[in-house]
Amino acid sequence: MSERKENLEETEDALFVRPFIMTGGRARPAQEGLRVETLVEAAPGARTALLEFEQRRIVALCEHPTTVAEVAAGAGVPLGVAKVLIADLVVGGLLVCHQPQELQLHLLERIRDHVRAL
Amino acid sequence: MSGLSESARGGAPLAVKIAVSGGLGVGKTTFIGAISEIEPLDTEAAITEVSVGVDSLAGVEAKTTTTVALDFGRITLSPLITLYLFGTPGQDRFSFLWDDLVEGALGTVVLVDTRRIEDSFPALDYFEERDAPFVLAVNGFDGAHHFDLEEVREALGLEASVPVVACDARDRGSVRDVLVALMDQVVEHHMRVSRGSPAFAG
Ligand SMILES: Nc1nc2c(ncn2[C@@H]2O[C@H](COP(=O)(O)OP(=O)(O)OP(=O)(O)O)[C@@H](O)[C@H]2O)c(=O)[nH]1
Ligand SMILES: [Mg+2]
Repeated sequence: MSERKENLEETEDALFVRPFIMTGGRARPAQEGLRVETLVEAAPGARTALLEFEQRRIVALCEHPTTVAEVAAGAGVPLGVAKVLIADLVVGGLLVCHQPQELQLHLLERIRDHVRAL
Repeated sequence: MSGLSESARGGAPLAVKIAVSGGLGVGKTTFIGAISEIEPLDTEAAITEVSVGVDSLAGVEAKTTTTVALDFGRITLSPLITLYLFGTPGQDRFSFLWDDLVEGALGTVVLVDTRRIEDSFPALDYFEERDAPFVLAVNGFDGAHHFDLEEVREALGLEASVPVVACDARDRGSVRDVLVALMDQVVEHHMRVSRGSPAFAG
């Protein structure tokens, strides 16, 4: 019975390790505060930078401001992995992130009016 | 036209989000799909559940990771403003993911199925504890069962300040009305909070 348990643990270890191989095993983004809806955009010059496959793909997805969630879906990597890869690019100056500020009342009202008009 | 002038003013693009929560199979994905301009995107969320160092040499910082499908939809409100709807994973064991989805959201729609009202307790407990706007939307499932919105409120022990609205998660107009009810709450909440802390007003 312990054999079965061992197998299960092995499978779980593999499940854990595989997605994060792309990040060199790191699960924590180098840049805090990236949210699913944070917009990231390629910095000028990012396209010609020497990058690994996954990172180049992410830069290509971010030609225009794109949310972290859409980058993850577009690159076909789990959200947690996308955050680590994106954070590295932000720290490296290849992606710029537009962090949403606390929204002011007039913007919230405008959003409400847009929603009402849907 | 108003959109054109908006972008002509050269503002930065803005992405905002609303969370859609509730118990398992309550209609979250249906709700998002009814109004999203894209098929609800399914992406995996591999998120670390416990951050305990197990092998610091290898740089492995986390003990376990769980993958779960994360679905979201997108609505372009104007050339500069895009609204995203994020469904929270229905299973309780993924509730640790909620913080990540709810943090920074304008507000939350909590869906309830009157046949399994108790399934919404975990979501309600979670959102009642946070000082953030939410509305309760009662998904009708064809109106096969009749219910009174005030009875639902009572059964859930909801405060009078939380709106309870009926909805059909498959119907775009109905989903829009729920989102409008939530945005009314969001605006009201913002005014109440900024009134409550004059030191930070302005
Ligand atoms: N008749 C009817 N069926 C509905 C309605 N809303 C959802 N359904 C059905 O109920 C089932 C569950 O709906 P989903 O939208 O997948 O629910 P969910 O909350 O995303 O489910 P999980 O992500 O698994 O928690 C699907 O088969 C839907 O087609 C409704 O208003 N009426
Ligand atoms: Mg779903």
